[in-house]
Amino acid sequence: MTATLPSHDQSLALAIEPEAGKRKLSTAKAIQEAISQRMVRDESVFVMGEDVGPYGGIFSSTTGLIDRFGPERVLDTPISESAFIGLGIGAAVEGMRPIVELMFADFFGVCMDQIYNHMAKIHYESGGNVRVPMVLMTAAGGGYGDGTQHSQCLWGTFAHLPGMRVVVPSNPYDAKGLMTAAIDSDDPVVFMFHKGVMGLGWMAKNERSIGAVPEDEYLVPIGKARVAREGTDVTIVTISLSVHHSLDVAEKLESEGISVEVIDLRSLVPLDREAIVRSVSKTGRLIVVDEDYQSFGLSGEVIAVVAEHDPTLLKRASRVCVPDVPIPYARELEYAVLPTPARIEAAVRDAVAI
Amino acid sequence: MTLSTTQALTDEGRRALIGTMVLIRTYEEAIRAVYYADKKPAFDIGAGLVPGEMHLSAGQEPVAAGICAHLTPEDALTATHRPHHLAIAHGVALRPMTAEIFGRETGFGHGRGGHMHLFDPTTHFSCSGIIAEGLPPALGQAFAFKREGSDRVAVAVTGEGAANQGAFHESLNLAALWKLPVVFVVEDNDWGISVPRARSTSVASNADRAAAYGMPGVRVEDNSVEAVYAAAGEAIARARSGGGPTLIEVHTLRLWGHFEGDAEGYRPDLESVQEHDPIPLYRDRLLESGVLTDGQYQAMQASAVEQVEDAIEFAKNSPTPDPLDHLSYVFSEGVNS
Repeated sequence: MTATLPSHDQSLALAIEPEAGKRKLSTAKAIQEAISQRMVRDESVFVMGEDVGPYGGIFSSTTGLIDRFGPERVLDTPISESAFIGLGIGAAVEGMRPIVELMFADFFGVCMDQIYNHMAKIHYESGGNVRVPMVLMTAAGGGYGDGTQHSQCLWGTFAHLPGMRVVVPSNPYDAKGLMTAAIDSDDPVVFMFHKGVMGLGWMAKNERSIGAVPEDEYLVPIGKARVAREGTDVTIVTISLSVHHSLDVAEKLESEGISVEVIDLRSLVPLDREAIVRSVSKTGRLIVVDEDYQSFGLSGEVIAVVAEHDPTLLKRASRVCVPDVPIPYARELEYAVLPTPARIEAAVRDAVAI
Repeated sequence: MTLSTTQALTDEGRRALIGTMVLIRTYEEAIRAVYYADKKPAFDIGAGLVPGEMHLSAGQEPVAAGICAHLTPEDALTATHRPHHLAIAHGVALRPMTAEIFGRETGFGHGRGGHMHLFDPTTHFSCSGIIAEGLPPALGQAFAFKREGSDRVAVAVTGEGAANQGAFHESLNLAALWKLPVVFVVEDNDWGISVPRARSTSVASNADRAAAYGMPGVRVEDNSVEAVYAAAGEAIARARSGGGPTLIEVHTLRLWGHFEGDAEGYRPDLESVQEHDPIPLYRDRLLESGVLTDGQYQAMQASAVEQVEDAIEFAKNSPTPDPLDHLSYVFSEGVNS
């Protein structure tokens, strides 16, 4: 509560979204680099979680950190998510800046009390007198046959509960800048990476999961969407791996004269409502593509943003999401529920037909 | 009222213990009176100056006084849904605490928290309304204290019902594994709301569970403040010197209901419970042994009444939060969503 530890260096102004340059990294390496650069500068930053040490994180979010910073600052934990997420909260309350990995977002069920009743509420309950500057980093998403308990996105669930920033990068550049911003934030940030954008060697990946990343530290402000592709006929609002699928579809349909604008939200909380409205004002057609469950989530929220702003903007609104079933195991079934490029393409054709 | 020594109790130390207990009881009696004052004739939990559930700590003063005598404001203390005794013994300021209980703008949380969510950064005091879930954050406070190289400790207090929660066991294991400067205190008041511990807990003493995590476990019987003081002194000294965590269970007493308005029809010892009130028992012992005089005791009571009345007046006269300000404090910066 009183920061007696080395205080976080806020004085050094970082570049905001600089030119990407030429050096290419995977999303996983970009995350590692962001954490590493912050750990060099700030003694209060540490990393904790299951298999984040010598293994380097099951999805390579922490590879190499233990070699550089040692086991005192990169801590493998027991399989006790309530205890170690709570430990992160308490350390943050006392002025440290923990980065705590929850191996899969699906595992939130064993520790949600710490997340939504403590991490997300302490600042509020204390009337702003106690801050919880913590990053909860977690893996999301399916598409590789991991079944019902290891394939979910669930970002809408976290975003529904007040008190947490919810950040979901789609590419290496954003991942580094958003992780740096998350570490710097005085509020708790849930940093969710889709396994399919990490650029892992052992999982099918979109080519955009490797991309240009500046070597210096920089910020991507949390809450600012990115126009991933400009277009005039239809707006796709999406996030994470679905951004790449949407861009692939947009590229394909360009030759047919269909112009698709793709908005990468980059965060759910805060939600960049202005960017959504701005794009739909131009196109009048909205498709929300979301790998999270369809009902009561991000897709409905995005459509509501436009409807509440001005329903006459909308000639058409639709969504391509996971229907309200658990993620199935068999490949044929899993790909029947995921927001695949084929489903997105069909939705675009449907939208522009009106 | 804080003693920093872990040595044997002096007479002055004993007077400090009873003084703390008297202040706590005076406070709880006053809150109880305020709580009921405008809920008549029909009890309406949401009505009146102080709405909501109210879990008062009468009977459990020995735990708070005995532990907190060894703490300084630099040490962290985490309490439960029944937090007032621990807050008071740890030196939390009564004015902002009471204002928070009254839901006023001058409260610790500007009225956002209430009686189960009191956060005092000055004394590193906090509490949580979720059973056993206050323990994991206490690990993190202890972790930060250890990392800064200080001898500060974190004390995490919970009830006997919490010892059957997963977070309790996860926390004990991790604290022992990482030798964190934390002391776990279980307040065994015999009741998890209406369920007696015999019907909830497989072992006679939760202190026995410490062995499963390779840490010392101590059970203090008879709600004895001096026995709590001794056990806590040893445990806190061990934590300060790098010896890792300890689990202490105190067999204490819930003098009143689980919450106010609880008729306690499930409780067979209702008629005799007052006989075990720890304050008159300890007071009489000190009077008989000459440690305490009637005059000293009356002065303690008078001082307690003065402090409590001041806090309640402060709360009553404080402004209520502005309803237009209902979106504040979700985040430290920027917009709410």
